[in-house]
Amino acid sequence: MLRIHNLYKSYDDLEVLKGISFELARQEVKVIFGPSGSGKSTLLRCINMLDPPDEGEIFLSGQNITASGINLNSVRTKIGMVFQHFNLFSHLKAVDNVSIGLRKVKKLPKEVAQKKALEALDRVRLKDWANHYPAQLSGGQQQRVGIARALAMEPEVILFDEPTSALDPELIGEVLQTMLDLAKSGTTMIVVTHEMGFARAVASEMIYIGDGVVEERGTPQHFFTSPNSDRVKRFLNQLNTLYGTHEQLLQTGDEENYK
Amino acid sequence: MAVPNLFDIFFYIIFQGLPHTLLLTFLGLLGGFVLGIVLALMRVYGSKELQWIASGYEKVMRGIPILVLIYILLFGVPGLFFFIDLRLLPLFSVILALALRSAAYQSQIFRSAILSVNPGQLEAALSIGMSKLQAFRNIIFPQALRLAIPSWSNEYAVVIKDSSFAYGVGIVEITKASYDLGVGFHQLRIITLFVGAFFYLALTYPVTRIIGERQSKKLKNLGMGGG
Repeated sequence: MLRIHNLYKSYDDLEVLKGISFELARQEVKVIFGPSGSGKSTLLRCINMLDPPDEGEIFLSGQNITASGINLNSVRTKIGMVFQHFNLFSHLKAVDNVSIGLRKVKKLPKEVAQKKALEALDRVRLKDWANHYPAQLSGGQQQRVGIARALAMEPEVILFDEPTSALDPELIGEVLQTMLDLAKSGTTMIVVTHEMGFARAVASEMIYIGDGVVEERGTPQHFFTSPNSDRVKRFLNQLNTLYGTHEQLLQTGDEENYK
Repeated sequence: MAVPNLFDIFFYIIFQGLPHTLLLTFLGLLGGFVLGIVLALMRVYGSKELQWIASGYEKVMRGIPILVLIYILLFGVPGLFFFIDLRLLPLFSVILALALRSAAYQSQIFRSAILSVNPGQLEAALSIGMSKLQAFRNIIFPQALRLAIPSWSNEYAVVIKDSSFAYGVGIVEITKASYDLGVGFHQLRIITLFVGAFFYLALTYPVTRIIGERQSKKLKNLGMGGG
């Protein structure tokens, strides 16, 4: 469904992506991880063309979205994005954050957009908070509104750019739980994250990116039992020491994770 | 004419001076608002040349005293405003001078307001498929307007006071009304001028206080601006 072929991207003299390729099937959840500065976020920003790649091609459902003359705005309605720092629209209530794309981009009538926005908020279990402004919500709630905003556009794939790394530890669980729910309901996702518990639970494939190239890829099983490269081993060990794996979250995986 | 009492002075200024002061202030601010937004857009989103023009304009306008500007517009180029009725020309010159000058300051207000909207929100808007124009109209601009209100209420206070320079071309607004009323009654002048000053204070303080401070609080509650 999404095919990424040989992406290159540089900022001035700094080469960030050095030939990245992979494919994503419908309903697949792919987890991308690796040390900071390795190009993970840049890769996501290339995929939805916020930062177009210098070289290489991206095909979304057979359409080459890196070709010139492509209407990027309409491409982006098919690629949702969830940001590390949420980036909610501060002047709009939660429900309007979610509905504004439906109204202004999809040109839906106000009532329809409102209804769909409430449905999306319900999927992230924030229906009761629809009339709150972002500043009145916790970080975890804000991120779930961010997820609902992406979800409401009914994109073919949603990109998550370190969605939990700006959150206080006690708020991470509710966001991960939301993402687990989405993954289980068949949402196609690319997730840049260091939450290995999440990866283990739902990733169909994990990709380790180091220095702008795909250094190793495989199933979670592969990574957690017998990674090939020593760098990957060391990195996983560090993550485990620092963050743990949220085993508990994934074992219970129920209402308790929502406060 | 009998010596006017305090009551008469208030009424004279309200009926003779206040309308022109309000008209000049309103139109001056409005003109400055429209041109100021255009200048701010040129500075934030424009090409190098447009940025240069806008910032040059601001520098020039900030360097010219308002009274000189009024005189230049009125007398500098004879026949420049041939389409304006001669009797209205002084009024027109003052409004234009206030607007041209306020635009330079309002441009800076809107420029910094636009820039203080978190750029991540622009990316988020693009990521749900908005065009840059849609993102500006629906996300950036509405927030920039709200962010601009506290500084903008200061600009209102500046323009209303600058409108007093209209006395220089014979327009009877609050300043000239209070001055003239004192002319025939020497012992009264000190009172008429104080009453005039009181009007300016009464028109500015509540606005800057209520609108400015209230809005600052509201913005803080919405977590807007500066992060």
